Amino acid sequence: MKLTHLFATAAVALGMATSAIADDKTKVGFVYVGPVGDGGWTYEHNKGRLAVEAEFGDKVETVFVESVPEGADAERVMTQMALQGADLIFTTSFGYMDPTINVAKKFPNVKFEHATGYKTAENVSVYSARFYEGRAIQGHIAGNLTESNIIGYIGSFPIPEVIRGINSAFIHARKVNPDVEFKIVWAYTWFDPAKEADAAKVLIEQGADVILQHTDSTAPLAAAAAAGNVFGFGQASDMAEFKDGPRVSSIIDDWAPYYIARTKAVMDGTWETMSTWDGIGAGMVGIGEITDKVPATVKAEALALKAALADGSYHAFTGPINKQDGSAWLAEGETADDGTLAGMSFYVEGIEGDIPQ
Amino acid sequence: MDLSAINPALLLASLLVAATPILLAGIGELVVERAGVLNLGVEGMMITGAICGFMATILTGSPALGFVFAAMGGAALSLLFALLTQYALANQVASGLALTLFGLGLSSLLGQDYVGLKPPSTPQLDIPLLSDIPVLGTVLFNHDMVVYFGIALVVAVWATLKYSRLGLILRAVGENHDAAHALGYKVVRIRVFAIMFGGACAGLGGAYISLVRVPQWTEGMTAGAGWIALALVVFASWKPWRVLLGAWLFGGINVLQLNLQAAGVAIPVEYLTMSPYIITILVLVIMSADKSRAPASLGRIFHASS
Repeated sequence: MKLTHLFATAAVALGMATSAIADDKTKVGFVYVGPVGDGGWTYEHNKGRLAVEAEFGDKVETVFVESVPEGADAERVMTQMALQGADLIFTTSFGYMDPTINVAKKFPNVKFEHATGYKTAENVSVYSARFYEGRAIQGHIAGNLTESNIIGYIGSFPIPEVIRGINSAFIHARKVNPDVEFKIVWAYTWFDPAKEADAAKVLIEQGADVILQHTDSTAPLAAAAAAGNVFGFGQASDMAEFKDGPRVSSIIDDWAPYYIARTKAVMDGTWETMSTWDGIGAGMVGIGEITDKVPATVKAEALALKAALADGSYHAFTGPINKQDGSAWLAEGETADDGTLAGMSFYVEGIEGDIPQ
Repeated sequence: MDLSAINPALLLASLLVAATPILLAGIGELVVERAGVLNLGVEGMMITGAICGFMATILTGSPALGFVFAAMGGAALSLLFALLTQYALANQVASGLALTLFGLGLSSLLGQDYVGLKPPSTPQLDIPLLSDIPVLGTVLFNHDMVVYFGIALVVAVWATLKYSRLGLILRAVGENHDAAHALGYKVVRIRVFAIMFGGACAGLGGAYISLVRVPQWTEGMTAGAGWIALALVVFASWKPWRVLLGAWLFGGINVLQLNLQAAGVAIPVEYLTMSPYIITILVLVIMSADKSRAPASLGRIFHASS
């Protein structure tokens, strides 16, 4: 390509970019915590972004920035997006909570959507999925599969979302297997394959034969595959490439319907601040195929559990449940309210160890 | 708390594995620094090696070829540094930092199409009888080739530096390049070869992360291992054996930290993460009283006319 031609193309592209604003396209921005190729959390958010593009075609323009650290850098990225004319910005990690609120104050005309947080404002909505419903099913399967009675759990950060998942998985693993024990390792990262792999290896070395992860890469599954005879679950995405290996099921986040609905709301001018927290029933949490490594009876039970969670006839936190220190939390038949769940900062009875501060 | 859950044999075995990337990169940088060149681009060369090795392994299906290409990739990138510092006489610190940034960017560009792929696994070297010895077998004789290669490389570098003519020349260049030049040694050429050796070793270390330890490709996956390797050389006060010791110590800290957590001992992670650097600072302080010191010409620019 000749240099002049290159310049011409650039000039045309520039012209198109400026005309795009004039065209009144709805511009939607996405801030990601990991790379879009992580195969997990960010990968699914990006699938949601692509679904928005497919749905509205020429009427939207989407932009995204990947691997944005949680902190001051996130504020810079969001500000940049808002300055470039974004109408709606999705910030897709818990740690973006305060940056989102700060930037939203500066741009009252831009709508913000923060994933998994709890702070809303005039122009900030929050949305999350009830991953703990999926964790209940994982716990059920894991409790049945484990032979060493040790289940390893790789946590990311000790925040309510992760603690909820641990509790839900533990309650349902204990239900089917009273001897089960959880070994929990905090990786202090959402995405660091080397560290996640090390954590999985350590848990396996210490006797865990089922690994649950709340981090975003496929590295723990790769470690489980290398160890052999260890089971694991896809996290945030199906991670189906490990189906022939350790992966027996998965929790799949499906953000597409929500992203499409919210983009539509901005286009129609009907956008309002909301707190959305949907689970299996609404389709925001999907359960990936349960493979044949799981005995047929267990699989049937797991699917029945999924159906009960979906239609609301069963709540993943149904009493009697005590807190770790033995004090009563939920009485017989009582279910947890969303407020307690949203701020959950305690383990349930039976889990050993302390939540790091 | 249940410390009995930690199996010491397995802990030591995974320590050897965790230490290998920084050991390889560290011993390479040691040779570079003994030749009087300070290359801060280790992180960049490691990540470039990681992606080169990963690509080659995916394309050829052979991890062994992957490691060869990783070494070549790391060495190729280090040539850029050699060109800048040895021929253009650029500042070594700035060039090294630039090399790290360049390597990180280059690797994510190269790796665009390789995210989410699984490389063929690197075969474990199962030595028939030795790996069956109860504890010792697990710790020492149940690893892949690269772990042994790393240790062999330390021995080779130590022997070369201490006993061979080549080692003597390399040290002479590092200690006093003007004197070496006056004796008729090609200072620049020797340094370029040393830099390439360092690049190749860093590339191998990076590939060990992307091919064995994780194994998959993700951007920025070396996550600071190159800086640890640099700290390691200082910690070792430029002596090969201490590099081995330091690599085990630094590599072991992370494994130990995770093990303690899994066993239920709550240790603030931040302290353990910063400990390699704190130890290095302490060693620097202690070293000022010790007779071992950095090569005298380290970081100084050489030109035959001066």
